[in-house]
Amino acid sequence: MTTRTDTPDAATTGQRAVAGKLVIEGLCKRYGATTALEPSSLSVTEGEFLTLLGPSGSGKTTLLQLICGLVEASEGRVVIDGRDQSRMPVHQRDIGLVFQHYALFPHLTVAENIAFPLKMRGRPSAEIGKRVEDALAMVHLGQLAKRFPRELSGGQQQRVALARCFVYQPSIILMDEPLGALDKKLREHMQIEIKRLHRESGATIIYVTHDQEEALALSDRICLMNHAKIEQLGTPRDIYERPRTAFAADFIGISNIFRGRWDGNGSLDTAHGRFVLPSGAQSPGAEPAIVIRPEHLKLGAPDGNAVTGRVSEIVYAGSETRVIAALGDGGQLVLRLGPDDAVPAINEDIVAGWARDRAVLVA
Amino acid sequence: MSAVAASGGLLARAGALRFGALWLAVPGLLFLAFFFVWPVAQLLGLSLFDPDSGRPSIATYERIAATDVYLRVLGITFRIAGYTALYSLLIGYPLAYWLSRLPDMYRGRMLLFVMVPFWTSYLVKTFAWMILLGRSGIINSLATGSGLVDQPLSLLHNEFGVMVGMVHAMVPLAVMTMLPVMAGIDRRLVQAAQTLGASPAHAFWLVYFKLSLPGVAAAGLLVFISSLGFFIVPAFLGGRRETMLAQLIITQVQELLNWPFAGALAAMMLAAALVSCWFYDRVFGLSTIAGGSAQVGTGRIRDIGLAILSGLARVAGALSSLTQRLLGRRGSGFILPAFAWLAIVFLVVPTLLVIPLAFTSSQFLEFPPPGYGLSWFRTYFESPLWIQATIRSFGVAFATAIAATAIGGFTALALANSRTRWSGLIFAFFLAPMIVPRIVIAVGLFYLFARIGLVATDLGLIIGHTVLAIPFALVTMAAVLKSYDQRLDQAAATLGANRLKTLTGVTIPLVKGGLVAAFLFSFITSFDELTIAIFISGGVKTTLPKQMWDDMILQLNPTLAAVSVVVFVVVTVMLLVAERFRSSSSSSS
Ligand SMILES: Nc1ncnc2c1ncn2[C@@H]1O[C@H](COP(=O)(O)OP(=O)(O)O)[C@@H](O)[C@H]1O
Ligand SMILES: [Mg+2]
Repeated sequence: MTTRTDTPDAATTGQRAVAGKLVIEGLCKRYGATTALEPSSLSVTEGEFLTLLGPSGSGKTTLLQLICGLVEASEGRVVIDGRDQSRMPVHQRDIGLVFQHYALFPHLTVAENIAFPLKMRGRPSAEIGKRVEDALAMVHLGQLAKRFPRELSGGQQQRVALARCFVYQPSIILMDEPLGALDKKLREHMQIEIKRLHRESGATIIYVTHDQEEALALSDRICLMNHAKIEQLGTPRDIYERPRTAFAADFIGISNIFRGRWDGNGSLDTAHGRFVLPSGAQSPGAEPAIVIRPEHLKLGAPDGNAVTGRVSEIVYAGSETRVIAALGDGGQLVLRLGPDDAVPAINEDIVAGWARDRAVLVA
Repeated sequence: MSAVAASGGLLARAGALRFGALWLAVPGLLFLAFFFVWPVAQLLGLSLFDPDSGRPSIATYERIAATDVYLRVLGITFRIAGYTALYSLLIGYPLAYWLSRLPDMYRGRMLLFVMVPFWTSYLVKTFAWMILLGRSGIINSLATGSGLVDQPLSLLHNEFGVMVGMVHAMVPLAVMTMLPVMAGIDRRLVQAAQTLGASPAHAFWLVYFKLSLPGVAAAGLLVFISSLGFFIVPAFLGGRRETMLAQLIITQVQELLNWPFAGALAAMMLAAALVSCWFYDRVFGLSTIAGGSAQVGTGRIRDIGLAILSGLARVAGALSSLTQRLLGRRGSGFILPAFAWLAIVFLVVPTLLVIPLAFTSSQFLEFPPPGYGLSWFRTYFESPLWIQATIRSFGVAFATAIAATAIGGFTALALANSRTRWSGLIFAFFLAPMIVPRIVIAVGLFYLFARIGLVATDLGLIIGHTVLAIPFALVTMAAVLKSYDQRLDQAAATLGANRLKTLTGVTIPLVKGGLVAAFLFSFITSFDELTIAIFISGGVKTTLPKQMWDDMILQLNPTLAAVSVVVFVVVTVMLLVAERFRSSSSSSS
């Protein structure tokens, strides 16, 4: 996985993005009174695997449709390879889109489906035959070339959709929840396939999902979306370790979040006590909170920051044990104990603390 | 309502007869066997036997072949039906396409612009065109009045008049047949084609149009078959050279009493209809009419088809880039809505023009009327002839609606509860009265009724109309029962409701809308039925359409406009109520 040095701010502040494979500037879509996408900016580099992650209705599909031109933007620009393509019709952009429910042509066979984009580009039929064959082999479907889509299982249809997209080697590939309809086992298998296709083709991929585990497993960078806005953009590690909002902390991984009031000199007043903020914490936003990941909570109070609770549930999960404790105000606390840690008993009162710099202050 | 009670008893029995729900279709099967299959078969048989000796003979057919009169009429009939199908598709396809792309909330409202003309009486529509196209009709008075032309154009009693009337009558049927197929096409497939590099024209022809073809073919088939049996439009809007087969049959029966000859002509018409169905079945599979998925052809034919579509796409692509250059991208986006609205104007406006004429103070059908008044409605309400016909029409329609809803309901229930391979066949059989030309059924019934004393009786009219209304009632009920979740009954049972309570508390309230809609559609079918009435009423027991037909043959007068308005209002109100019940029923279940 490549690591990147973009600061998260470059994405959301609308600062003029530097050259990239795909640059989006102030792109925005409104349907009457509803805003499907607030003005957003984003830059994707060549060969990158970027995931749009967010709850349903957060504008992910809208952003993909704007990029490939299926939907016309209310404002903003789409720049591909340095050329403004905002007004370019769909079929002339060099972009592939894998649809949420595959959208295979029911009246064409598997081979004809895959040949479709090549035919549209007027390729000679010998070349079409060869490339369809290669594409089928790539997704291990060689023997099903003459079948119709409805004669295939969900996983097979999915692979046809991938082959149909990769066969004409578009330089940017968009995928809209391509694995949403598959069961868990098949999904994990297909994730590996997609990673392999990405590596072999070198294509720039923008991948949409609402499944955070999938996003963490696949992406170079994650673009977290909420309420038609880009919430945070960064590497999976970035977002996990340094979430910038309570939403980001909550959506990716498990978090303990304490909201409170900033007292002006390095502490946060919360319902569970006054907590010392991590060193160097900036002046927070209107609704500050601190976030502590379960693995950073330790029984006992190493640095003064601690909360008390009563153990309500203990979940043993092999390599770790998860302890859930009820807090005084009805909230919940989640701790993750290693194999060597002592495990408390149900209904035992515990004190859980954290090292000051392990917490993250979010807006 | 007694239709509800009738199928209520039926539902209770459905539970008891768990082993064979198909028995519930038996009353309907017997009814159609006796009043549909038997008379039609007998009529065809008449043409194959010598009337005196009773021996098989093809003398009748030899007589038909001997002069070229009949063959010419046959040719004309085919030509008019073929052109009608072609033009109905050319006008209907863009209209249906436009409708299918509207947002759901508008589509329901816009659909009424097709539904109302669909159910408007053919007589009223034809009457409207006579007023519009006549020598001193609306179009000619406008054209000569404005000095556009010196001589009145001859628009009536020629092929132009027939084609306008036929196409106007058939476009709604074409649209209603294509719409469900278009609604079932996944819009994202077109988008997918475009992201894969297809121009909008290619995406449309290679994907959307290809997937809509079964609907196009079904619409073409239904329009063609319906047109084969048409006589109202050619009788009033055509001249001698546009005489169609059905008119010939009427003459043979009513004026010449030549049964073998009428039978032979009916056989030719039926054969033409069946051959068209067979051909359609070969290419697309009949199940697509009932909404099944189209079989995909294989081999050479399929390749040729796809190649033709690519050719069309290339031509259309060139055309659309031309219009884009001429009108700009925005301007060319208005072509489809503009066309659709023109088509709606064509469908709706002629009928609406009848309304002011009904209120004219003049003795003549001049437009615009010199003054307004209610005198023609008074003439209508004070005429015993018209009022008796109106009362009879209401009574017959009411009885027909009850009978057809009961039979349709029984049958729909039988089919919903059984999964044997017979179900499809039985369904097709019950739809057959829609496929067999009405004139064939009417003449067959006339021959049967003449021997069992049912001619010139209300019962005869009711039986005949019920045969025609059963398909509509069945289709409506089947759609509701299909979306009705049988598990609701089971849930009610597990919650402690006995069978009767389940029935009255759960089942009937949920399918009530469907029952009411089936009742009203059957009512309308009977209320403007003319073909059966011409033969069965025997000149004594006239219905409203029969009385209109007689008057229109004699002379056009403003009373007809008043009657047309009454018929139009009754049918439209019933239709709106039926649509309301149908949509509320399907959204609640
Ligand atoms: N064609 C449309 N018309 C009106 N609103 C739309 C349309 N498409 C999307 N929206 C709205 O835009 C928002 C974002 O939708 P979408 O991009 O599909 O979200 P996601 O893919 O993240 O689930 C939603 O609130 C949705 O209702
Ligand atoms: Mg989506």
